[in-house]
Amino acid sequence: MSLERQEKRHGAALVAPALLWAVAFFVLPFAAMVAMSTAKMVGREIVPGPDFGNYIRIFTEPPLTRAIFVSLEITAIVTILSVLLAWPLAWIIATRVPAKWQRLALLLAVLPFWTSYVVRSYSWALVLGEKGIVMNTLVGLHILSEPVQIMATRTATVIGFTHFFVMLLTLTIYSNLVQLSPNYARAAEDLGASRWQVIRLVILPLTLPGVVTGAFLTFVLCIGDYITPQILGGNNELTLPQLIMLQLGRRGDYPMASALSVVLMAMVTLAYAGCARWLKMDRV
Amino acid sequence: MPTQLFAPLGAAAALLLSTTSLQAAGELNALIWCDHADPALLAPFEEAHDVRVNVKEYEGTAAGVTILEQSRPGDWDVLVVDAVDVGRVAAAGFLAPLPEGTVDTSSYFPDLVMEDHNSVDGVTYAVTEKFGYNTLAYNKAAVDPADMESLGALWSGKYDGKIAIYDYYLPVLGLVGLQAGIDTAGLDTAALETIKEPLMALKAASRQVSDVVASQTALATGEVDILIGGGEWLTAVLNAENADLDWTIPAEGGLLWAQSIGVVAGTEREELAQEFIRYITSPDGQARLATSSCYWGMPANAAAADVLSDDEKAILRWDDQADYLARAQLYPVPDAETDAAMQDLWTEMLQN
Repeated sequence: MSLERQEKRHGAALVAPALLWAVAFFVLPFAAMVAMSTAKMVGREIVPGPDFGNYIRIFTEPPLTRAIFVSLEITAIVTILSVLLAWPLAWIIATRVPAKWQRLALLLAVLPFWTSYVVRSYSWALVLGEKGIVMNTLVGLHILSEPVQIMATRTATVIGFTHFFVMLLTLTIYSNLVQLSPNYARAAEDLGASRWQVIRLVILPLTLPGVVTGAFLTFVLCIGDYITPQILGGNNELTLPQLIMLQLGRRGDYPMASALSVVLMAMVTLAYAGCARWLKMDRV
Repeated sequence: MPTQLFAPLGAAAALLLSTTSLQAAGELNALIWCDHADPALLAPFEEAHDVRVNVKEYEGTAAGVTILEQSRPGDWDVLVVDAVDVGRVAAAGFLAPLPEGTVDTSSYFPDLVMEDHNSVDGVTYAVTEKFGYNTLAYNKAAVDPADMESLGALWSGKYDGKIAIYDYYLPVLGLVGLQAGIDTAGLDTAALETIKEPLMALKAASRQVSDVVASQTALATGEVDILIGGGEWLTAVLNAENADLDWTIPAEGGLLWAQSIGVVAGTEREELAQEFIRYITSPDGQARLATSSCYWGMPANAAAADVLSDDEKAILRWDDQADYLARAQLYPVPDAETDAAMQDLWTEMLQN
């Protein structure tokens, strides 16, 4: 046996466990889900396909199609808001907080991660309620004459999501910022750039990998989340995950749930394709 | 090397198994509603029979049937199910016949024996265990109780933005149907067209469509003052915190919910499963089930009155049951096509 062939076999043996893992826990379940999505419900029976009726329904029946747009709208708003809030926070921690306090600052920033996701969502429900601290303060300070409804609206969902994802984005952007050499900023200042120009033209572009990585993670986690819209949104509009849960929990319609999940995965794949050039984790 | 690696694992597994066997001599697997998960309900049975009762909660018969379909015979021993769905679950082969005399129903509320629903072709498959009403729950400190005498108050505009809809399509569609003059038994696909407009109007007047916990939170915090689909099962557990939370059956009527319990076909622990059913339907089991931590409800066995306290019976409105039962209708029992149409309408309402 030649040395080259031996090396190939050795390499294959090394890769095999990971490959088998991926096939067993991703490829096969995904194939099963796609196959299930082409089955259909006849009465209460699941009849194997192929049948693309579920996909046709998703893109022609308004309540189902709307779930796609609701999910995309909420995810886009949350992602943009989270980036806008997380970047300055990460920049302040990385450049304005003394090095010895940065770990503590980061720890404080991610402290809410330590609580249960469900408990945190219910906490927001109490905070944002008509008799919660937000409304009590605004009415008490005469900024509002009477409480306005935030709970059980899209705004509440967006607030709950943004609180969570700002923490995530802060971490990815911070890790990007601290790797930047201070010489970039010094060079730009030497060449006459103002502080704002340094941030806008030098620092910001160099942190794009961290921003896009965090934004992509935000997109994936937000668009697939069921808990937050269910608790804070008041069921006044349905996102894709809520619609999937309705098919599973109420109707036992596994084919439709699978078809909706395939659509959800396609959206995530498209988002990945759009961000791929920045998603090189070693650059973050 | 492999021996060294597996020895600790083997020891750990043996320890785990021995610990499990020390805890209980046997097991009983029950597919249940959340009220059966209360340790205060299960503990007396577990201690008396030296078994551990493993429970899995589910919501909605379709979900329960799906779990059974994906399980192997023998995985489940006991099933709690909507009384009105016993027939179709038994017809699908998921329930084992209950031998005559398994449960003595002579002390039951007569309306709750429900032999027609618990049997198929003269064979009994389940026994009723608990019941209550889906109707109007409200905060009487914020709502005029006189208004709650009619479902029409919800469409009057007076309580816009202060209404929550209980997120379960069958009782709420039934109530909207009652408001439109349609009995639950007449709620077919044509009738759904009739109730579509009032349903959408109700959604427009409502603040949220919520599950049990979110509904309780909204009522308790004053976010909403009325819950359509609510009843004693929702307000009873909040009574100690806020006695203003009340419920009533309006003039149009309310919906009677009833849950039954049966033995799952294919069980290898049939005797133990039947024993569990006897315990649940005994006066003591009934009292514990009626006041379960998840939700309260009336016991089907009236003999539980001897065990429940006067305060508990007052919260359950024990003395009013004859009147309530006379004014309540059973849940709709849709066929597969009507059920799909109902859920489509419900999804449209949520997304509206």
